[in-house]
Amino acid sequence: MLKINNLHARVEDKEILKGINLTVNAGEVHAIMGPNGSGKSTLAAVIAGKEEFEVTEGEVFLEGENLEDTSPEDRAHKGIFLSFQYPVEIPGVSVTNFMKTAINESRKAKGLEDMPAKDMLKLIREKSEMLEIDRKFLSRSLNEGFSGGEKKRNEIFQMAMLEPKLAILDETDSGLDIDALRIVANGVNKLKSKDNAVIVITHYQRLLEYIVPDFVHVLHNGKIVKSGTKDLALELEEKGYDWLKQETVI
Amino acid sequence: MAYTEEELKKELETKEYEYGFYTDIESDTFPNGLNEEIVIAISKKKEEPEWMTLWRLESFKIWKEMVEPEWANVKYKKPDFQAISYYSAPNKKPKYDSLDEVDPELLDTFKKLGISLDEQKKLAGVAVDIVMDSVSVATTFKKTLAEKGIIFCSISEAIKEHSELVKKYIGSVVPQKDNFYAALNSAVFSDGSFCYIPKGVRCPMELSTYFRINQAGTGQFERTLVIADEGSYVSYLEGCTAPSRDENQLHAAVVELIALDDAEIKYSTVQNWFPGNKEGKGGVFNFVTKRGLCEKNAKISWTQVETGSAVTWKYPSCILKGDNSIGEFYSIAVTNNYQQADTGTKMIHLGKNTKSTIISKGISAGKSQNSYRGLVQVNSRADNARNFSQCDSLLMGNECGAHTFPYIEVKNKTAQIEHEATTSKIGEDQIFYCNQRGINTEKAIALIVNGFSKEVLNKLPMEFAVEAQKLLEISLEGSVG
Ligand SMILES: Nc1ncnc2c1ncn2[C@@H]1O[C@H](COP(=O)(O)OP(=O)(O)OP(=O)(O)O)[C@@H](O)[C@H]1O
Ligand SMILES: [Mg+2]
Repeated sequence: MLKINNLHARVEDKEILKGINLTVNAGEVHAIMGPNGSGKSTLAAVIAGKEEFEVTEGEVFLEGENLEDTSPEDRAHKGIFLSFQYPVEIPGVSVTNFMKTAINESRKAKGLEDMPAKDMLKLIREKSEMLEIDRKFLSRSLNEGFSGGEKKRNEIFQMAMLEPKLAILDETDSGLDIDALRIVANGVNKLKSKDNAVIVITHYQRLLEYIVPDFVHVLHNGKIVKSGTKDLALELEEKGYDWLKQETVI
Repeated sequence: MAYTEEELKKELETKEYEYGFYTDIESDTFPNGLNEEIVIAISKKKEEPEWMTLWRLESFKIWKEMVEPEWANVKYKKPDFQAISYYSAPNKKPKYDSLDEVDPELLDTFKKLGISLDEQKKLAGVAVDIVMDSVSVATTFKKTLAEKGIIFCSISEAIKEHSELVKKYIGSVVPQKDNFYAALNSAVFSDGSFCYIPKGVRCPMELSTYFRINQAGTGQFERTLVIADEGSYVSYLEGCTAPSRDENQLHAAVVELIALDDAEIKYSTVQNWFPGNKEGKGGVFNFVTKRGLCEKNAKISWTQVETGSAVTWKYPSCILKGDNSIGEFYSIAVTNNYQQADTGTKMIHLGKNTKSTIISKGISAGKSQNSYRGLVQVNSRADNARNFSQCDSLLMGNECGAHTFPYIEVKNKTAQIEHEATTSKIGEDQIFYCNQRGINTEKAIALIVNGFSKEVLNKLPMEFAVEAQKLLEISLEGSVG
């Protein structure tokens, strides 16, 4: 599904990603953990094609295709979805309208007609029920005045609507209350299949109890310094990152 | 038979209605320049009664004494008023023989707006080969209005046929001496619309200049007069979303609205004059005076979407004369490339318990300058007057400007005035967020702009709103690299 080779990326003069290697196969769940500022969100943004970051070395492949010259919207059309750590507000644009536009743009890219309104409404109903979202909420302006948790749940709603091949969830769990965490995690699990893959970026073991990862990676200072199974997450919860940081220094 | 708007629309779709409305008049253009003889000649050409001729002459005298205003936040080369021809009858000779000769960029825009081929031809000034007889549509339309006693015709026709009404109200809201351009318009106006809604009548359809009989395009000096008699209601649409190219550089229109006791007038405008090319060459100068007068319990709403013109200078205003009257102004002004717009409104509170609302959305891109200029004036007798103003500016890029000039003059202590202003920029994060969801940058901007303008777009009649939305998209195309 996703293959990242020796990826280096910088913003202005600052190198943030310093040689990332990562392979994610269809059907897998990968967790990425790591201290603040280690480059997790940057990695997510680079995979999604944010042009602010300059890739200086290495490459990203999606289903064998080098994404080097692929625009962010085309990457989205190819099935990459990013649940933002900090979702952006768009005043005056309702969640429904935003989703309608997103879905139809993707369809257009594939040479399909707009989704009929009837199907769209059905899809919205189905997905909002799954994530226990009040439909009134969907006519509000996108992320404007949403609480932290509402924003995150809304990101997962969008993911459910778009049914991506590769979903990257950047700290989707932070800000969610206990019930919301369970609902959101269940939603993600329902969307999981042998044909798609999920990367969850998180600081907490708790989420991983719901969305059980096949692999856990620790990112530190722009590099993956350790990979393991879900037990690694438990170990991190217990010991913190210091032992890993020291390992890399040595 | 009651004829609903829906039915009319259907009928119009099936009949090539527009061409049938056109009466051919031989081409007939006056020599350049302006003097008393020209003013008299215009009046004569239009077979006007003597009082009208005298009114025009008086206006001309006033205009000669006036100087062009300097205070708007716009810069342009002043028009040479002696180099303009003040009368040009609709020309029946087509500009082009086929669409192939028309500027492809213009055709492209037509296509995006979803304008039919035949209509494209008409708008671009191409010879139209099929002239359908649509007299029946026109007649039905007129009949429905006539049954209710509604008068809707060209101002020239009204001057002849409804002389007493015109005489009573013309210049009553925008006096000849009001300003330089209003005076000029009063002297030389050659076209425009007239509308009268009788007491207690709700006009059953949106009145649009588009439907008006015998009207070929917009004149250079348009004059519009709308009178809503006591307790009546009318929604009036002006303009067209199709890009209007015109060899006339200067446009100076006057619109007067009169809402008598308990009446309501909704006046919506979509303006899309040629703004000049990307280097800022060409383009229309649009200097408009629009004003409405509200008597007791009356209400006037101005809604406008302005995307065109090289230079726009326009302040639709309300005089809230009657007690409990209401004035509203909802505006979206878009400027791109080298466009300059100085728009806004004046709300003059004279009566007690009068209320006004101003929502202004300015969108600037490219190297354009977009100014809001608003005056809220509360006179000493206007107890409990209330105003709410909100002026939001959206900037795209670093080379454009947005300016807000709110003027507030309050002479009554009971007044409540609220003013809010915001300036925002379309952020890269917003664009990336949209991109990540599969929405390209162009579409993302359209979405953000639409969201920003929503409060105003919502005030437009449905069909107009959809067109206006498309228009916003097109005007901002290519504005973010
Ligand atoms: N646009 C930018 N300009 C300058 N520095 C940046 C920019 N974006 C990210 N950085 C820096 O890159 C480093 C990695 O940031 P990133 O957001 O990827 O961290 P993170 O691992 O997601 O952290 P957190 O756990 O706090 O979310 C940080 O030091 C950050 O300050
Ligand atoms: Mg982060």
